[in-house]
Amino acid sequence: MPHIDVELERLREKLLEMWDLVEHQLTSGREAVMNADHELSQRIIKLERKVNSFDLKIDRMCENFFALFTPVAVDLRTVLAILKINTNLERIGDTAEGMARFACKLERPFDPELVELTNVMVMYDEALVMFNECRIAFKSEDPKLAKQIIKRDKALNKIYRKSDVVIAKYLQNNPDRIPEGLALLSIIKKLERVGDQVTNMAEEIIFYREAKVVKHRKKKKKKE
Amino acid sequence: MNIKHSKLEAINLDAYYGDFHALKNINIAMEEKAVTAFIGPSGCGKSTFLRTFNRMNDYIDGFRIEGQILLDGRDIYTNDVRVDELRKEVGMVFQKPNPFPKTIYENVVYGLRIQGIKDKKILQETCEKSLQQAALWNEVKDKLDKSALALSGGQQQRLCIARALAIQPSVILMDEPASALDPISTAKIEDLIYELKKDYTIVIVTHNMQQAGRVSDHTAFFYMGELVEYAKTKTMFTSPKDTRTQNYITGRFG
Repeated sequence: MPHIDVELERLREKLLEMWDLVEHQLTSGREAVMNADHELSQRIIKLERKVNSFDLKIDRMCENFFALFTPVAVDLRTVLAILKINTNLERIGDTAEGMARFACKLERPFDPELVELTNVMVMYDEALVMFNECRIAFKSEDPKLAKQIIKRDKALNKIYRKSDVVIAKYLQNNPDRIPEGLALLSIIKKLERVGDQVTNMAEEIIFYREAKVVKHRKKKKKKE
Repeated sequence: MNIKHSKLEAINLDAYYGDFHALKNINIAMEEKAVTAFIGPSGCGKSTFLRTFNRMNDYIDGFRIEGQILLDGRDIYTNDVRVDELRKEVGMVFQKPNPFPKTIYENVVYGLRIQGIKDKKILQETCEKSLQQAALWNEVKDKLDKSALALSGGQQQRLCIARALAIQPSVILMDEPASALDPISTAKIEDLIYELKKDYTIVIVTHNMQQAGRVSDHTAFFYMGELVEYAKTKTMFTSPKDTRTQNYITGRFG
C-alpha cells in the first residue's frame, strides 16, 4: 500500500475509534435519561475528556497530513471531510454529555405519559439509527446511504417542532412537573441538534466521495 | 472549458517521431495572458507538444505533425511562416539554465544583436527593462560586464528569462524551468511567472504538481500522447473528472 494510503487509513481508523466512543456515550445516554440513572450519567460525563483528546489527536493528524503530503483531489477531500466529521463527532459527544447532565438532575424517571406524548424515545432511537448508519456509510464509503441518512433527519425535526406545544399543554395539566417538562424539552432540542450534526457528517461523506457539495441546498432553493 | 481569448490553439494535432505516434489528436485552446500548465508522466508527449509552439521539433529527424497549431488564429506551420520571426513571438526557457559564455549584458541583448540592432541606448534600455521584468536587475546591475556563468543557478535561469523577454515575445514557453533549482530560487521563478502573466501568455511544463497548482490558471494532463483532461487548475486539483488524472496527481499512477 502506498505510504499516503497507509496514513489515510490511520486517520480513518482513528476517526472510527472516536465514532465508537461517541456512539457508546449516545447509547448509554438513552438509558440514563430513560431510567434517571445518575451513576451511568456520571460515566458518560467522564467520557467527554476522552472524546476531546480524540478530537485534538485527529486535528493534529490532519494538520500533519496536510503539511507532509500536500494532498489533492480525493485525498484532499477525504482529509477535509475527516476534519469536519471530527468536529461534528466532538459536538455530538458534548450533546450526549449535556443530556447526561440533565439525567443527573432528575429525581425520578420521566412521567411515561409525557414520554409517550412527546415521542422523545422514538426521536432518540431515530437519532441513534442515523448516527450508526452514518458510521457505516463512512466506513464503506457509501454516498447513497449518506443521502438516505440526510432524508431521515426530517422525522426528528417533525417531533421537535411539535414538542413545545405538547409539553406546554402537559404542563398546564401538571403544574407540579415543570422542571421535568423543561428538562425534556431541552433533551429534545439536543436530539434535534444530533440530527443536524449527523446530517453534516453525511454531507461530508457525499462531498469526499462524489466531489459534490450538498449542504445548504434547501436554503438556495427557497431563495430561487 | 470557457476561454476568454485564445492565444494558442491546437486543432486535431497528431505528431510522429518516425513510426512513433507521440501526440494523438490534440485539441486545446490556451488563454491569452494566463498560465497554462502541462502535466503528465515522462514520455507522455507534453514537452513534444510544448515544442510544437515554436517549431523546436522541426530539426528532429523523422518528426512530423498533422493538424494545425494556431498563434493568434494563424497557422504557424504554413510555408509562409518564417521560423525566426515565429521565435521572436514565442520565446522559450529550458529546464537547465543555459546562459551563453558571455557577459550578463551580452546575454540579455543577444537576441537584439542578431536582429541587427546596434543602437547602444536601445540595447541598454532593453537590458535594464528585461532584467527588471525578470526580477534580477537589483542583483546584477553593478556587474553587467561580468560573466553570466558566475551567477548562481537561480540567477542564471532568471537571466535566461530576461534574455527571452528582451526580444519582446507575446508567448513564453517554459520546460520545467525550476526543476534544477533550490526552493528559494524556485519561489522566485514562480513569483516571476505570476508577475509575467499580466503581459505574456505562458505555457509551462512541470513535474511538480504543487508548482502547477501554485502558478497556473489552467492545467492540461497528458498521458501516452493523449490530452486526457484540461480544466481550470482549481478544478483539476480538487475534483478531476478522469480516473487517470486523479491517479496521477495523487501519486498513485501505474
